[in-house]
Amino acid sequence: MAVKTLTIDGKAVSADENDTILQAATEAGIKIPTLCHLDGLGDVGACRLCITEVAGSNKLQPACVTKIAEGMEVKTNSERIQKYRIMILELLFAERNHVCAVCVANRHCDLQKLAADAGMMHVRFPYQYPQAAVDASHDWFVVDHNRCILCTRCVRVCDEVEGAHTWDVMGRGAGSRVITDLNQPWGTSETCTSCSKCVQVCPTGALSSKGKSVAEMVKKRDFVTYLVQTREERL
Amino acid sequence: MLLEELNAMADKEKAARKQIRIRCCMSAGCMSSQSAEIKQALDKAVADRQLGEQVEVVRVGCMGLCGQGPLVSIDPQGVLYEQVTPENAGSIVDALAGGTAYAQQGDPKNPFFTRQLAVVSRNGGRIDPERIEAYIEAGGYGALHHVLHELTPAQVVDAITKSGLRGRGGAGFPTGLKWATVAKSKGDRKYVICNGDEGDPGAFMDRSVLESDPHAVIEGMAIAGYAVGASHGYLYVRAEYPLAISRLQIAIRQAKQHGLLGEGLFESTFNFNVEIRIGAGAFVCGEETALMASIEGRRGQPRPRPPFPAESGLWGCPTLINNVETFANIVPIISQGAEWYAGLGTEKSKGTKVFALTGKIRNNGLIEVPMGITIREIVEDLGGGAPDGTQIKAVQTGGPSGGCIPAKLFDTPVDYDSLMKVGSIMGSGGMVVMDDSTNMVDVARFYMQFCMEESCGKCIPCRAGTVQMYNLLTKILDRKATLKDLESLEELCDMVKHTSLCGLGQTAPNPVISTLRYFRNEYLALLQPEPGEENASHNGHITESATTR
Repeated sequence: MAVKTLTIDGKAVSADENDTILQAATEAGIKIPTLCHLDGLGDVGACRLCITEVAGSNKLQPACVTKIAEGMEVKTNSERIQKYRIMILELLFAERNHVCAVCVANRHCDLQKLAADAGMMHVRFPYQYPQAAVDASHDWFVVDHNRCILCTRCVRVCDEVEGAHTWDVMGRGAGSRVITDLNQPWGTSETCTSCSKCVQVCPTGALSSKGKSVAEMVKKRDFVTYLVQTREERL
Repeated sequence: MLLEELNAMADKEKAARKQIRIRCCMSAGCMSSQSAEIKQALDKAVADRQLGEQVEVVRVGCMGLCGQGPLVSIDPQGVLYEQVTPENAGSIVDALAGGTAYAQQGDPKNPFFTRQLAVVSRNGGRIDPERIEAYIEAGGYGALHHVLHELTPAQVVDAITKSGLRGRGGAGFPTGLKWATVAKSKGDRKYVICNGDEGDPGAFMDRSVLESDPHAVIEGMAIAGYAVGASHGYLYVRAEYPLAISRLQIAIRQAKQHGLLGEGLFESTFNFNVEIRIGAGAFVCGEETALMASIEGRRGQPRPRPPFPAESGLWGCPTLINNVETFANIVPIISQGAEWYAGLGTEKSKGTKVFALTGKIRNNGLIEVPMGITIREIVEDLGGGAPDGTQIKAVQTGGPSGGCIPAKLFDTPVDYDSLMKVGSIMGSGGMVVMDDSTNMVDVARFYMQFCMEESCGKCIPCRAGTVQMYNLLTKILDRKATLKDLESLEELCDMVKHTSLCGLGQTAPNPVISTLRYFRNEYLALLQPEPGEENASHNGHITESATTR
């Protein structure tokens, strides 16, 4: 293992040459906000919250997929990035029907926490109020598209960890929806193993267990890392 | 296939030529105005008049002046007929024997034709795109033979580098550098991809090249395959181009029959095969990583780069991906030399560029011009200016990723860097001319709607940002927006541009940014005062009505 040194927010950091900026920063105790990223799942660089400024590059680099380099100078929290992050979060809130006060995931929601951490005071963009459905056809779980942010954690955990690939995305742009099998009710899915991994990794209240009321949906997210680790060690 | 056989085919084709050739455009534009029926009528007229010995009617590709189609041209007389109909086609044959042609006669000396420089479109409108013999007669596959027998792969890459060719897909990345990177990338299997997913509104350059000269693209890909060490190529063409797809299928079949695709080309050890992949209607699949996902059978959406395709592309293998027009430039560079090519164009933008000239302009169609020509020359000389005496206001280049260039900057030379400097881009070659009846806010909204509908939905800035920007532009056009909304629009432009994952999102704000730069007044004219300001100016009224209530 070759080690490289770089600076993140002025702090000298050493890290494995194959590490991403996010891994190096996390190891050094520097917190970079993430949403689509989840330890143990493949990264897609989609939410753009982990963007960082890298000296010498005129493009903002997502920390989750950008490899470190020797002598790299990274800024994770400049004023400009903070501003962009808040805008991205506001766009997310305005895109679907996010109402924390009546959400099962209230107080346990990654989106809510990110907004609070980023200092988002209000949503300046008009809410779009799309017509989004709720699918409660599964015996134990519910998908509420009003709360989905299309992070695709469910798609990835189902494909990469469970191996069922029940979830995928259909449509495009603002009309994108996560679907089970070929867009059929979750309860009728032939591939779903009802393992609940998707529910646990979902950052919001989009996927929840039946019977949970407001603020009751506490999720376990760290199982992905040990599942992946155990599997790798067995190989 | 041996060189002798290739030459024999060319000679045979030459010998079979008849004295008079009636060329009938059968590209998509003219085909949509009955050029298939016109060709039938011409064939019948020739047969009826028993002129079959001296006269032949040839199906050819695009002649360029699409706005005046269907076009029919006669060699060696050099006569051009425009807006031909199946009814008056017969009279064109009569005119050969001194009769009167009732079809509108065009002027081949029109600057629209004389100011062009045909490199990519060298065979367009001249040869039958459905006959490999016609392509070979025009010198086709000679460059491939030369490359396989006279040059090492490194020498081919070197020639492309020396030519100064830059990617014609829009971004202008140096082609030679890309080829060198793929050539140097380690991998047992490499791929060559031709990006024919042309999708910018008003752009049809690649369609025309594929329809008019499919073998040129295939030969260019084979040369690229040899240069980078790939033996398999994919031609990714959008499903909306059925004629291009069918001509490519014919071309591939013919090339295989003659041993110009397949194993051991020209008795060398080089193998090359090409397969067609048809796009399913997503604009974003023109983005290289999304295109590759689509070929792999996955959802067509982009992924972050690096790794770049040159290093890890199709199925993780090093992949060379170039645009149709880029590949069409390869054969001329090899056969006429890198120095010749480097002598065309400007210092940093070599060669020619094909543009689809559309909009409020007299001569609508496809043009190929040397780099460095000014926008004014294109619009006024080739394009013939605005029809009906209106005033041209701006030219839009680069499609939804580009910008509007105002008339006052029409002396800007057309090259990658100059267009960038004035806030637009070269793009793939769409050039939409707008006159003074066009509202620039409306133009910006049109492109924003396009990007919003074509966003794949993967990253948030593009997916949700384009919706908000589109809504703000609508609000402005509805005269319901205030200065605050305009500020919000500008903030969103800045954010979406800098945070989006792929080129589609990163450039989606460009039409807004460039129209704001040059036509800000048109935005301001539509704005309403802030509610508070209104109160201030009509203070008396408000208080009065408030007390009455």
